[in-house]
Parts: sequence; structure tokens; C-alpha cells
Amino acid sequence: MKLTKEQQALWDGAKGDCMAKIVKTLVLYGDCFGADEMVPVTGTQGHLVTSFGISTMKPVYDLITDLLNAGVLSSQPFSVDPRPLDPHVPAGFLQSIFFRIMYSKQAQYEAHLNKLGLINTDAFTCACYLDEVGNKPEKGDILSWAESSAVVYANSVLGARCNRNSAIIELFGSIAGFVPSFGLLTDEGRKATWIIDVATAEKPEAQILGSAIGLKVVEGIPYIKNLDKWLDRELTNTTLNYLKDMGAATAADGAVGLYHVENLTPEAKSEGERLIAGNAQEYRIDDAELSRVRENYPVIWKNPDAKPKLCFVGCPHLSYTQLIEWTDKLSESLTRHNRRTLNVPTVFTTAPPVLEKFRTTPAYRYLTTVGVVVSGICPLMYMNNPLCGKQPIMTNSNKLRTYSSARYYTDDEILALISKNKVPSSKDGGET
Amino acid sequence: MMQIFQGRVVVPGTVRAEALVTRNAFNTLASFQKALTSKSGKCSDQNNPDIYNKPLAGKALCLPQTIGSTTGGMVLFCAAKMNKAPACMLFSKPIDSLAAAGAILADVWSDASMPTVDNLGDDFLAMVENGMLITVEENGRVVVNPSP
Repeated sequence: MKLTKEQQALWDGAKGDCMAKIVKTLVLYGDCFGADEMVPVTGTQGHLVTSFGISTMKPVYDLITDLLNAGVLSSQPFSVDPRPLDPHVPAGFLQSIFFRIMYSKQAQYEAHLNKLGLINTDAFTCACYLDEVGNKPEKGDILSWAESSAVVYANSVLGARCNRNSAIIELFGSIAGFVPSFGLLTDEGRKATWIIDVATAEKPEAQILGSAIGLKVVEGIPYIKNLDKWLDRELTNTTLNYLKDMGAATAADGAVGLYHVENLTPEAKSEGERLIAGNAQEYRIDDAELSRVRENYPVIWKNPDAKPKLCFVGCPHLSYTQLIEWTDKLSESLTRHNRRTLNVPTVFTTAPPVLEKFRTTPAYRYLTTVGVVVSGICPLMYMNNPLCGKQPIMTNSNKLRTYSSARYYTDDEILALISKNKVPSSKDGGET
Repeated sequence: MMQIFQGRVVVPGTVRAEALVTRNAFNTLASFQKALTSKSGKCSDQNNPDIYNKPLAGKALCLPQTIGSTTGGMVLFCAAKMNKAPACMLFSKPIDSLAAAGAILADVWSDASMPTVDNLGDDFLAMVENGMLITVEENGRVVVNPSP
């Protein structure tokens, strides 16, 4: 890789050993993918994926301590994934004790993040691009981000340019202020390698569609046709919410870092089918295919017919409009079933600045009345507590399903299950 | 019969270990979620029947590529520092950005050695089976011996 004089000086140790090792790491990383140069990070804010102070990640905290001791800080402010703890989220006595032990490094880690360059103490969310959070890059910005759902959103919906960087690598890019130029940072690397034909008879579930695409194309780049007819023709809030959830599933069940949606996403709108590479493969998704994908989700609850102890909605974090929509649907459903409270304790997760705005609304007051907890927690971090992971917990998130023992249900099924007195059986939801 | 495959060196090194094979993409976070905290170090990815519940540490992990959370590279780095990583990673396809990050972080920022070779080809993954003895050479040559 060709380095500039300044980059070479860093490699040679002009700013110390730590910085030299950071540059060496970025160079080796770029070499691996044929990068021939570094390009400046032009996005004004970074985003880190590691938000949790858990003792098993000690090697990471040691590394960050070394950086701080060497005076190496991020050259740009950054947001970070959600916190792992929230005392308002239901947890038993033993579970709470375990949380305190498990995340015993949280305060220390957050202090380190503040020193490194955290935007503010509210900047804990996986959906940093939401308007209320404000870490929303412009089209064409070069980013040094991690968090699979945020990267795929930034690339696909916002038209920014970011590789699927790992944790630590994203921090190194934000520290150095440059990243190796390869893959999704290049025009060629953003060409679609798959054509997805959505041939369903009704609007596909975002989470299952994303899952099907991710499982099939793995790290390919899908150009999705005939999805726009089920969505608004512009990037309205409803469409943005759909794409956020679909994209997160493509990135969790596969390794998708960028997708194009015909007539909708920025590059598909401006480039059209010129974005499709010559040798692109094809994948047709109809209702039967979506059913097949879903039926293959394993249910690992000890008792598949157990009554759920908890329900998580929002992974990635819900937007403000999603919170309002969920509240409206829940209110209608509870009224229809003549109920005043939920059948299953439920947590809606969202970004702290969104929660702050939502708290002032009648919708928030309604949710607290019926027993919904609105939280900035990361549900995956909650499920990492083995005492919580053993419980039958359900979710509308394919990402949470993939990484935990939580069981997936569609939005409509979740709504029905939490608002009426019916215990889900193994037959519910078409799962085996 | 012993077979030899030539790949590209991502992180150099020599190692001899027993094969652990996944023909499904390897979800790093889901696989190590519990392996890092438990003594057994078994793969916890319930979506991957090829290796679910099998120990990961010290094995020659043979895989097409990795998928999933962008914590993947960091998780591999931690596994390497905690002696819970595979002895080596052998990719049939070109390596992905998360696995590459993990292998490089372990190489630059730790004393642990996790030789990593990619581009070994589909024939490699079709031929290799759990328990076969794998020898990785410095130049990316991988020798698979079916009868250890």
C-alpha cells in the first residue's frame, strides 16, 4: 500500500508506538483486500459497536487503557451501541445480581469512552443515524463505523461509504482519521452481485425478507426489485423504518453491508440497473420461500410451549415513529380484547434522545399505564445474562433471535400474544 | 489419502491441529457468545448444526467465511488473548473483513499465534472432515491427513 509522507511517519513511530501499531493494523487490513491507499474519513462522527463493560472482554479494555496511557484519542467524536443495563427492565433478584457482576466494568469502560471521544452520555444506540441522535452522515461520506445494522443503513439508505469494519478497527480509523480504500468505499465495490426478485403476494415481513436475503447472498450486494411496490415511493418514515429492520436482518443472518432497492435507495435511484454487475446471480423470493426460511429458525426454549416471560421489541432500536405506531396498534389491540394491561411484560427499546422526546407524549404515558417499559437497553446484552437467556423470551427482531435464545414472532403475532390471554404454542408462527 | 491445498497467507505461521469443519458460514459472535465465558469453550451458535456445541479452542477451523455482528473481529482477538481461539483459521473463500480484522488484531496486538489462510477453494471444504489432522505451513500450504 502506498502511504503518504504523513502516514509513513506515523508508521515509523513519529507519534509513538501505539499509533504506529494502529497504522500497521490498518495497513495489513487494507493489504488483505488489495487497498492501494488510505482515504480520509470525511464523515464528521464515528460509531463504535462495543458498549459493554464485561469482564470477558478484558483484552479490549487493556488495549484501550494502553491507548489512553499513550495519549491516543479519537480524532472525531463518536456514538456507541446501547448500554447493557437498565434497572427499569424487568429482572429477578438473582438476575440483577448477575448483571452487576457480569457488567462490573461498565462504569470504568464508559469513563474510558468519554476520554476517547464519546459524543455525550446519551450517545448509546445502535441506531445513531436517527434524527434525534444526530449522527447521520451525508451521501458520499467516508466512515469508520462498526455495528452491522448501522453500517448497512448508512451505506444503503444514506449513501455513505463504509466497510463492515470490526470493533477496534472502527476505532483505529477514527483515531487515525483515514481508512484503507477497498470494498464498499469504491464505486466498483458497490455494484450489485445479486438480483433479488420480490414476488410475494403481500408485503413481506421486513425481518424475514432481510433474513432470507442475508442467508442467500451472505456478503454479496443485493439489488432488490419489486419491493418498492409494497413501500411508499419515497423514503418516508414508514419506508425508512422498514429498510432499517430489513437491513439489520440481512447483516445478522448474512454479512450484507450494502443493498440497493430499485427506485428507492439513493444509488438505485440515480444509477438504476447500471449498478448491477455483469455476472450477478438471481434469487426469487415468494411467499413459500419466506415460509421456508422462517420454518428453519430453531426454537431453543427448553419448553417450546412455555408462556413467554418477557418480550423485546426493537433491535435495532425503534425510531420515534415506530414507537408511536406500536403504541397505536397496542392500544387498538388491547381495546379489542377488552384488556387494560399486557399479557406478557414487554420492553420497547429506543435511543436515549428518542426516549427523551417520546417521554413528553401521551403515547408514552399510555404505555407506562399498560405496563410497557421503554428503555435504551441493548436486548442482546440483556440476553447474555445466562439467567435471562434461559427464560422463554420473545422478540420481533431477527437479529436478537440470531444471537440469543429469544424466539422470533412477526409484529402482528407479537401484538396478539402480548395483548390477549393466549399462551403461544409451538404451532404458533409456523415454527417447528 | 493425504491432500495438499495452496491458499493465500493472511497471517503467517505453522501449526498442526485437528480439523473442525463448518460448511455453513461461521457466525463469530453467535459461536463465541458462550465459548468465551464457559470452561468448555463450545460453539454456541444454534443456527449452525455443523459445529453447535463442539469445542472451538485449539482446532483447525475450516470454514467458507464468517458472518454476523461487527464485533466479530474483536471477539476473535479476545479469544486469541484468552487462549480460547482456534489454532488456525482456514477459509475456502476469500476472507471477509471481520475475520481478517480478528486475525490481524491478534497478530499485531497479542503474542498469540493464529495462522490464517484463505482462498483454499471449494474442494478443500468438500474434502476436509472433523477430526482430520491439518498441517499449516508458513507459505499457506495446507496438508490434510484423513487418518491422524
